[in-house]
Amino acid sequence: MKHWLYLLVGIFSPTLAASELPLNMTQGVTEISNQVYDLHMTILLICCVIGLIVFGLMFYSMLNHRKSKGAVPAQFHESTKVEIIWTLIPFLILVGMAVPATSTLIAMEDTSDADITVMVTGSQWKWHYKYFNEEIEFFSILSTPRDQIDNKAPKDANYLLEVDKPLVLPINKKVRFLVTSEDVIHSWWVPAFAVKKDANPGFINEAWTKIDKPGTYRGQCAELCGKDHGFMPIVVEAMPEAEFDAWIAGQKQAATEAAAQAEASLSQTLTMDELMAQGEQVYMARCAACHQPNGAGLPGVFPGLLKSPIIQGPVGDHLDIVINGKPGTAMQAFAKQLTAQEIAAVVTYERNAWGNDTGDVVQAADVSNFEK
Amino acid sequence: MSQSTQNRKLIGLLLLGAVGMFGFGFALVPLYDVLCDALGINGKTNETAVTYKPMEVDTSRLVSVEFVAMVPGKMPWEFGPEVKRMQVHPGELIRTKFLATNNTGATMVGQAIPSVSPGTGAAYFNKTECFCFNQQTLMAHASAELPLIFYVDPDLPEEINTLTLSYTLFDITVQMDSTGGSEQVKQDNQKTTKHSDFTARYSLGGGNAEQGVAR
Amino acid sequence: MNTTTQDTDATLDPVSHDDHHHDGPPKGIMRWILTTNHKDIGTLYLWFSFIMFLIGGAMALVIRAELFQPGLQLVDPNFFNQMTTVHGLIMVFGAVMPAFTGLANWMIPLMIGAPDMALPRMNNWSFWILPFAFFILLSSLFMEGGGPNFGWTFYAPLSTTYGPDSTALFVFSVHIMGISSIMGAINVIVTIVNMRAPGMTWMKLPLFVWTWLITAFLLIMVMPVLAGVVTMVLTDKYFATSFFDAAGGGDPVMFQHIFWFFGHPEVYIMILPSFGIVSSIVPAFSRKKLFGYSSMVYATASIAILSFLVWAHHMFTTGMPLAGELFFMYCTMLIAVPTGVKIFNWVATMWRGALTFETPMLFSLAFIILFTIGGFSGLMLAITPADFQYHDTYFVVAHFHYVLVSGAVFSIMAAAYYWLPKWTGHMYNDTLSKWHFWCSLISVNVLFFPMHFVGLAGMPRRIPDYALQFADINQIVSIGGFAFGLSQLLFLAVVIKCIRGGEAAEAKPWEGAEGLEWEVPSPAPYHTFSTPPEVK
Repeated sequence: MKHWLYLLVGIFSPTLAASELPLNMTQGVTEISNQVYDLHMTILLICCVIGLIVFGLMFYSMLNHRKSKGAVPAQFHESTKVEIIWTLIPFLILVGMAVPATSTLIAMEDTSDADITVMVTGSQWKWHYKYFNEEIEFFSILSTPRDQIDNKAPKDANYLLEVDKPLVLPINKKVRFLVTSEDVIHSWWVPAFAVKKDANPGFINEAWTKIDKPGTYRGQCAELCGKDHGFMPIVVEAMPEAEFDAWIAGQKQAATEAAAQAEASLSQTLTMDELMAQGEQVYMARCAACHQPNGAGLPGVFPGLLKSPIIQGPVGDHLDIVINGKPGTAMQAFAKQLTAQEIAAVVTYERNAWGNDTGDVVQAADVSNFEK
Repeated sequence: MSQSTQNRKLIGLLLLGAVGMFGFGFALVPLYDVLCDALGINGKTNETAVTYKPMEVDTSRLVSVEFVAMVPGKMPWEFGPEVKRMQVHPGELIRTKFLATNNTGATMVGQAIPSVSPGTGAAYFNKTECFCFNQQTLMAHASAELPLIFYVDPDLPEEINTLTLSYTLFDITVQMDSTGGSEQVKQDNQKTTKHSDFTARYSLGGGNAEQGVAR
Repeated sequence: MNTTTQDTDATLDPVSHDDHHHDGPPKGIMRWILTTNHKDIGTLYLWFSFIMFLIGGAMALVIRAELFQPGLQLVDPNFFNQMTTVHGLIMVFGAVMPAFTGLANWMIPLMIGAPDMALPRMNNWSFWILPFAFFILLSSLFMEGGGPNFGWTFYAPLSTTYGPDSTALFVFSVHIMGISSIMGAINVIVTIVNMRAPGMTWMKLPLFVWTWLITAFLLIMVMPVLAGVVTMVLTDKYFATSFFDAAGGGDPVMFQHIFWFFGHPEVYIMILPSFGIVSSIVPAFSRKKLFGYSSMVYATASIAILSFLVWAHHMFTTGMPLAGELFFMYCTMLIAVPTGVKIFNWVATMWRGALTFETPMLFSLAFIILFTIGGFSGLMLAITPADFQYHDTYFVVAHFHYVLVSGAVFSIMAAAYYWLPKWTGHMYNDTLSKWHFWCSLISVNVLFFPMHFVGLAGMPRRIPDYALQFADINQIVSIGGFAFGLSQLLFLAVVIKCIRGGEAAEAKPWEGAEGLEWEVPSPAPYHTFSTPPEVK
């Protein structure tokens, strides 16, 4: 018997030693996530105990009640008493599980008296955050370079779990999320907060959290939302209140500066090369997911841009579809997502890249005039 | 009874059951709306105007009402509440408005879809007048003030102290436009006709399909 | 008891619409196309299901190959989504359900002492429309824009406004599958209700027949709802209705309610016949009567009824009111009670029996243990607060593969080994079948057990690429996947060898087996029980 034990320890010790391997649910950094973790561990334990008893009896029977050992079958095949016992005992165990589950659930659904409200909007395939009481809003997009996904460059530690602009939240404050979507159903999930809420187009859902520790917390979209469902991560930066206030102030200033810069860009005239360089950047970040890095699109799903009617046609139509989107398709309106400068650059790029050769140069002022 | 008649009888019953369940699948659509009203699923609010009967205002209690506007990226309008948050007494009749601007150079039709959170509060949020009951048509570069008159039912459960009302503004120009000449628009118009058939048949709340159908 | 008399007067035969009341089946391909014989149709269903199992399995291997390493290597994300979608659809509607229908066709008439199914010509139809349904579904993969890529659950508006052009083909094929299932279910019910041999009272029915009867009622109740919801998807996408489109006053969450109203009973459709199979095999190889027969019947019926009250546990994160979440949590937990009763009854059946471990028994024992593990993770998923962390992760994938692969599929394998001697007249190759069992058992656990861990650690399902911390476990899972896939080729080898020859099987090859099916010779003659047997 003893050498079996050694063998078991031998088999499992490497796994136990490799504790950095993620094998269990995260405990998270909120009171709720800790409660959920405890609930998970309790139920897991109960299941393991029941499993050990049931499987233990089965194995005992398999080892000792074999025909080869001369077992003679018993005749019993019915007992109402036993049936009632094994209906009642599981029922009582279940009641025991339901009690803590109910209290945790009630706490999770209580979104009242929040200190901060953030609107979270999913769209194919990015998240948008808007602070309800401040004039701050931004998109948060996967920042892992294409080369890493295509195995052309070594992958970073936070491969696929990094974004250009994380959501910033203060610690020790009750933060309420209003979750919704622009197109299909997404689901906003940060395991460390035990928050997972579907983003349903046309409807809002509420969730809340109160973070205990400063840090960077990562999550992913949890509802299949199309081609790049696996590529729309969530990153939350949690910081002490003073730092958070400073960040808010910094964001407001940056917004003012950006507005001034956008205004200034209207009077600038960039060269073709400058526009192409900037346009390529914008294209890869915003357009390549659907229209593909080489502009070929995916036949039957996303139209290609190589010598397409829009590319060959007047600049105005091209600007229209980029600025206002195309209803009933996945093509979004980029008027509010990109600056006039960026739209000018990306339209110039599309009209002159991958063998497109219209020679058209679009400036920020053209975009601004078109929008009027 | 011979076996084949027995069989036929049973087959008939079972087929009836299957057909009945097919119908039940569609019956779930209006049933769902009823359940939404009763249980507050998805925070659906009243789809037609209610009349306000003068009632006792519960001045001992203040409820925060927040207004949120959602404009999908594909909808090139500016749209937002005049005030983001207000404190109201239950029973009090409140008037507020949303502002909408059509930034494009074309006439467009929008439809706002309301949703209240928490969903269980939706049944206590009563609108006597709302722009969401109809679709909104805006000329190129035009703006409009969209009125909303509502009261919070004094029976609102104690534990709810904040109601968030969100409007998602959808572009339904394509479905509505019947004057366009292009092939695309013609096709869309055909779709619209069918749409109203269906909404009528299944009593969906699809008020956008026909002018004047109240939501 | 008299077994077979093929020369019964045709006019006395209740199913005498058919003209082939001679000794053997006609020859050639037309035998299979025109057949109304329950054994032929059962065989067709079983082969069809096995082919679909291999096709769906090949798609699973594409998925596992892509997930072997982080990064995109083999397929693009859009095709990956088509693979997960079609894999799910094929395994559910093409492999598991037809396999059970095949077993029902073969065994129910033999078990209740009926000469054939009650409606033989409808039986022929319900099989022969299936290949067309799957031909349509599979051919949509080759269309421009690809096949269905919205998950087998086809949530709107991903499947409506944002779906590929081939969605109409998907809808059409689901309609055909639904019609086939409903016809099959009607046939099973009419056969069981009207064609039992004299003396075969309700509480003498073998449990496989009981569980199938209940399954058939579930099918008739929910398949039409599925047909309804795909029709709504069709009209939303192509005819501008707004069932699920918020802009037109619809609601995308309503899709999920209607879908899961079908979907949850569907889960039990895929497991109740398994309970029946295991309840036949465990007593046979324990040489002891099934413990608690009547409680097994009642437990099956309560599971079926409860299955209509739990659908929204698939949708806890959609934003339900608290009262709804609590109701569905409690109901779901309640299902553990009758399921537990079943497992306890099987253990009690084995207790103090005289066990032997032939391959059908091995698969049944593996079923009991692994299905119970799947049941445990199901119970964990029922706990709403914890579900917020488990939902749509690999934990869920692990859960439903435990109940469907090491559950439903293992029970089908057990059934195949148990009844192969009756079908073919030969014993299967014992050594090869043991290899098949042990390879399957080990690889299925290497494949699905580690998925629990990646799921808990936070890996969402249905993603073609993942973060680096999930890499090691995914590699193990993929190796398990390929091992499991290859192991099933052993099964094919066993079956073909068994059809071609082998030790001749007796009428009752298993010492402890009970039931009318063992009273006809092996292989079962083309026509059996033309004169109803007397059941004492």
